[in-house]
Amino acid sequence: MKAAVIVFPGSNCDRDLAVAFERAGMDVTMVWHKDTSLPEGLDIVGVPGGFSFGDYLRCGAIAANSPICRSLINHTERGGYALGVCNGFQILTETGILPGALRRNGGLKYICRTVGLKVENNETAFTCAYDKEQVIDVPIAHHDGNYFVDDAKLAQLQGEGRIAFTYMDNPNGSVADIAGVISKNRRVLGMMPHPERAADADHGGTDGVAMFRSLMEQLATA
Amino acid sequence: MKARVYVMLKNGVLDPQGEAVRHALGSLGFDGVEGVRQGKVIELDLAEGSTEATVNEMCEKLLANTVIESYRVELM
Repeated sequence: MKAAVIVFPGSNCDRDLAVAFERAGMDVTMVWHKDTSLPEGLDIVGVPGGFSFGDYLRCGAIAANSPICRSLINHTERGGYALGVCNGFQILTETGILPGALRRNGGLKYICRTVGLKVENNETAFTCAYDKEQVIDVPIAHHDGNYFVDDAKLAQLQGEGRIAFTYMDNPNGSVADIAGVISKNRRVLGMMPHPERAADADHGGTDGVAMFRSLMEQLATA
Repeated sequence: MKARVYVMLKNGVLDPQGEAVRHALGSLGFDGVEGVRQGKVIELDLAEGSTEATVNEMCEKLLANTVIESYRVELM
């Protein structure tokens, strides 16, 4: 299995994400944002957390227009898998790969703590190792994680089962407690919480491990 | 020539920063502030002959996120 993790100036979870993919058994290539193409034969692209381009203009807005993002869009349009975490989720919405936008947290504060997430859809390669409505503990660390979609889009996401995770106790004001959304073809997941930071006993939690392990299994049989 | 772009959160999108400013004005004793919306102003220095249509395209592609923001362009 081949994974790539895109590195932007200001990414700071790129190595954590790479380690999580590697521990699941994937070969990982780091790809610089100025590269114009992704490696051949890629199974999944990771878009990591951090503060790409210093969060200038809007979180993820400048990164979404990096040369590599054209290839990322092509990869997902061809049906390729991608996982965007935190700033990576913001970048996926800014490219239009995933719907919605992430606003400043409702309480205006940067929040860094472990939260409970409910698995809303376990019929995806990312979440099939969890039970439906299972609650997992995963850290969040963001200032702009307040997910927004309008009512019509929300109804569509709900109707299509595209809400992957919701917060048990909404920390940031997100519409419908949404913590993560999935693409229509179930192959692109964007989420504010950090599963790669709950992937080792020394992290204080291992609830994220199952996501990387099930991705590996699902991609191997795909 | 210059263009000035005003980017605001759309009506109906909660603006927590604007709300915080409204509360702060209230605690300073300014009564009667019923709402505050905070936005951005972006000034562009443009080559002569640039068109408003081009600036609109810049807004759609980068300067505003039209999922949550509206924009207005002023050529000067």
